[in-house]
Amino acid sequence: MNTPAAERARADHDARWRRILDSVALRTPDRMPVVLYATFWLARYGGISCRQLMYDYEKCAELSERAVLEFEPDAYTPMLFASACGQALETIGFKQLQWPGHGVGDNQPYQYLDREYMKAEEYDEFIFDPTGFYLRTYLPRVASAFEGFEDLPYFPGLHYMRLVAGIRPFAKPKVRGALEKVIKAAEEIGRFGKHNAIFNERMAGFGYPLTNGITSVSPYDFIADYFRGARGMMTDLFRHKDKLLAALEKSAIFLLRQTVAQAQASGNPIVFIPIHWAPDNFMSDQQFRTFWWPSFRKMMLGMIDAGLIPMPLWEADCTKRLEIIRDVPAGKCIYWFERTDMVKAFEVLGDVVALRGNLSASLMTTGKPADIDAEVRRLVEQVFHKGGKLILDAAFGIPDETPVENVRAMFAAARKYAG
Amino acid sequence: MSSMTDQEKQLVEWLADMREEEALPLANRMLLEEHADPMRVLELCRNAMDIVGKRFQAGEYFLPELVLAGEMLEKIGAIAKPLIKQAPGAAPAKLGRVLIGTVHGDLHDIGKNIVTFMLDINGFEVRDIGIDVPVQTFIDEVTSFKPAVLGLSGFLTLAFDSMKETIEAIEAAGLRKDLKIMIGGGQIDDAVRTYTGADAFGTTAITAVSLCKNWLGVAA
Repeated sequence: MNTPAAERARADHDARWRRILDSVALRTPDRMPVVLYATFWLARYGGISCRQLMYDYEKCAELSERAVLEFEPDAYTPMLFASACGQALETIGFKQLQWPGHGVGDNQPYQYLDREYMKAEEYDEFIFDPTGFYLRTYLPRVASAFEGFEDLPYFPGLHYMRLVAGIRPFAKPKVRGALEKVIKAAEEIGRFGKHNAIFNERMAGFGYPLTNGITSVSPYDFIADYFRGARGMMTDLFRHKDKLLAALEKSAIFLLRQTVAQAQASGNPIVFIPIHWAPDNFMSDQQFRTFWWPSFRKMMLGMIDAGLIPMPLWEADCTKRLEIIRDVPAGKCIYWFERTDMVKAFEVLGDVVALRGNLSASLMTTGKPADIDAEVRRLVEQVFHKGGKLILDAAFGIPDETPVENVRAMFAAARKYAG
Repeated sequence: MSSMTDQEKQLVEWLADMREEEALPLANRMLLEEHADPMRVLELCRNAMDIVGKRFQAGEYFLPELVLAGEMLEKIGAIAKPLIKQAPGAAPAKLGRVLIGTVHGDLHDIGKNIVTFMLDINGFEVRDIGIDVPVQTFIDEVTSFKPAVLGLSGFLTLAFDSMKETIEAIEAAGLRKDLKIMIGGGQIDDAVRTYTGADAFGTTAITAVSLCKNWLGVAA
């Protein structure tokens, strides 16, 4: 439709998106972009429980829309995907999370269960045949819908009449039951995805782009969080370092392939990558340079080659890593910092990457609107007005407990001082 | 610690240097084949852990070394403790009692465990009451354990309110007078300290140790 309103919305959309892309390319945008990232804060905003938010697609979409239209961000995160996933998690029988009404209280956010999902002695199998390890071992461990896949045939080696005979396990009741559950879960997740797509199209129609189409993970965090668990990973640095390095090398390849394929399918080049294991306190400089950084850098370069824009969120304080993570092509990434001092990050990285963040969680939840205003002003004066390509946001999006007047103060101050 | 034989020095050095593949067989040989005094081997372990703690405080070691050190200690302890025949002598005097736990609603424990480990090797008697700890459990434990310091841990932003609620309840129960309260976690800063009413905050285990030492008048 080419109504004047639709044309205006399209122009607004393009102007907002250009603001983000200009920042990435290290060109000065017409004003400082400010973005909206919210998950369970939407429940507080709408006066409903976290559990309702997770299970009610329509309500979650309604609140997300209300928030986008109220704050008019330059981009918003895929809020539905992060929030309204209760039904999807339930149908797949997801075991790695506890979520409102499913392990934690109705008004608590979901929490990841740090466990050993792959034993140290399974590294060899993972490295030799990650797909086989996924099918028969990993998937049944992390999601109950896959229980039964343990009995799937061992595919490599099936050939000729051995191939014909080898597919018999598919008829076993356990495997058949698992396949039925997975199909059912996929249908539910398809419905969820459709709600998400409809919402994003609707927001685009109002003139608001998404910050990112998909999320990804660094190879180290992938193995640490989702396979070995914190304790296992930290001791692997000593006990299994060669196998860990081999697993990281291999993971970087398939994670890159998957990230590129999914990002291209989403139509949005920005890839959000929450980073858990890089903080200064988590490992030594030498360990970071040996185990954490090389495989992630390789992945980022691959993403950049494919035309994507990596947007790692460097959680906690990563001040000691700044010089190391500078080693990427200029004008291709957004580095989002949580507790790293943004002025320091600008000094070290301002000529290489756009920056995102970082009003602290404590300020957002316990401060007054005047405090928020003062902090935005400080960031604008010390970063944006000095040439830093700052995309304003809270340190890790809007904390769940943030009073709505503080969110209003964040957006108002961004316009007042840099817009 | 009394003077060490070359073998004993070797064990301490290998443990402190994270050379698990060499340290554990040596400890096992000393305990099971050479029938070394298990109390003595545990003392050597503690000596090694002191070195590990110092290297952590100096910024030479990080979380992975503390976790591995803790696991090595557990493994040697599992062999040594059943071998202790004589009645244990008087336990070494502790600097003071610290009660620690992650507040309700929050399941994170890596930071808390590291603080517990560091306080322990620095000579404090630590009682770690786990994660997602209800307010009433903190009150019951403060009443029975009588700590000098209470450490409240939390990683999520919801922990701000849980900490505030816990501290208010401890005050209402009349237990705050002789108790210092420190809070810690990835999101904690001075604004959260003010909000919760805690005496101090920290984001590293080293801060927790120096706070406890200061409060208990121990030379750092």
